[in-house]
Amino acid sequence: MNDVLFRAANISKRFGQTEVLRDVSLEAKRGDVIALIGSSGSGKSTFLRCLNLLEQPNAGSIHLNGRELRLATDSDGSLKAIDPQELRAFRSKISMVFQHFNLWAHMTAERNVMEGLTVVLGMSAADARERAQHYLQKVGVYHRKDGFPAHLSGGEQQRVAIARALAMEPDVMLFDEPTSALDPELVGEVLRVMRAVADEGRTMIVVTHEMSFAREVSSEVMFLSKGVVEERGKPSDVLLNPQSERLRAFLSNSLK
Amino acid sequence: MIDWSVVVGSLPDFFAGLKVTLLLLAISLASGLLLSVPLAVARVSPNPWLAKPVWLYTYVIRGTPLLVQLFIIYYGFAQIEFIRESVAWNLFREAWFCAWLAFAINTTAYTTEIIAGALRATPHGEIEAAKSLGMSNFDLYRRILLPSALRRALPQYSNEAVGMMHATAIASTVTLVDLTRVARDVYANHLATVEAFGTVAVFYFVLTFSLIGIFRLAERRWLKHLRPQTDVTPADAVIAK
Repeated sequence: MNDVLFRAANISKRFGQTEVLRDVSLEAKRGDVIALIGSSGSGKSTFLRCLNLLEQPNAGSIHLNGRELRLATDSDGSLKAIDPQELRAFRSKISMVFQHFNLWAHMTAERNVMEGLTVVLGMSAADARERAQHYLQKVGVYHRKDGFPAHLSGGEQQRVAIARALAMEPDVMLFDEPTSALDPELVGEVLRVMRAVADEGRTMIVVTHEMSFAREVSSEVMFLSKGVVEERGKPSDVLLNPQSERLRAFLSNSLK
Repeated sequence: MIDWSVVVGSLPDFFAGLKVTLLLLAISLASGLLLSVPLAVARVSPNPWLAKPVWLYTYVIRGTPLLVQLFIIYYGFAQIEFIRESVAWNLFREAWFCAWLAFAINTTAYTTEIIAGALRATPHGEIEAAKSLGMSNFDLYRRILLPSALRRALPQYSNEAVGMMHATAIASTVTLVDLTRVARDVYANHLATVEAFGTVAVFYFVLTFSLIGIFRLAERRWLKHLRPQTDVTPADAVIAK
């Protein structure tokens, strides 16, 4: 069980001349919760998006379950999956929760959760519905299953999005600032769901500004600054005993 | 005064004309919609070999009047010996075929742009969500982009359908006996302006509002996700206070 489940090695990314990530690496064992913290522009979201290739890194490698995703350099110098089918299979095992929920507006909550199951995993509609309802129940929005995203609160939408990601029963879950677009009073309900997901032993990589979540839930904290890992380690070490000036400044600002 | 005997006497002709108008509208809109979905997908494609020809097509068609397009097909093609001597002549000498072709080509151009615009308006996040789950591009279009874009296009498409309905009057210029042609015949036979054109105006009016009513029902069904959840309008809420 102690084997590395997911590994990203030496990820680098440039936007034009600007280098936004330099040699950022990450290793997750099954059940790890890794919190990525850093000020805006530090590259933490870009790094997360490189992990499922929504953003194409310029260098680096990505491994899941001991298998490397085969990448090749594209004409613009970024890395691209060699085999689209391999990429799709890879992505179906790494699901993502977005800052702005990104639910499909024309589908009900239940349909949103079912969609990946029927279209990507090839499940029957009946099985997909059953699984969707199970996960909607789990995140506490089952009673809203027939609602459309625009008719749900932000917190409900994000919980549906978490159910959509969970229902894929992925190896790794990526969270990209999942509470940043929520009203303050709705943050708690989403964080509670995320804690419950972590307690189940799911492997999670979370970009967050919620320092209490990072401190209490994560097994490792990575502090990114200007595209490099400035500090990393156990949350108790990194957050309570910061070594670098930058992290000290960041923490004193974010605890205000 | 209105001579009602002229109106009543020519009603059977008007209903026959209505049938022609409706049939021409139906086959033009149906073939136009069918063609414009793949064309709209090509139109928004990042591949210029797909996008540019469609752009040129919609640009030329939308830049010329429908009447001119119809005349080119009906009168113009008849001038070309090559067409007159080919099997295609069996089609091109038919007014029905020429009218359908001109109308279909025309409405396809407009509908393609409407759907392409709706496709472009898809929130980027919804596309990323589909990709992040491992959806293929084909599934992305089939399950997310097109269902969402076609819904979004509905209000604009209803305008195109109503416009097309009015445009069918042009078919009367190539010998089709549609509503407008019946009105002109009634006028020519009885020299009764109000009876002829007043009656046909009522026909078009009822047709327009029926069409709009159908689209309202369609929007109620397919744009449910955009409507406010309660049926209380802001004005109602104010009154309730």
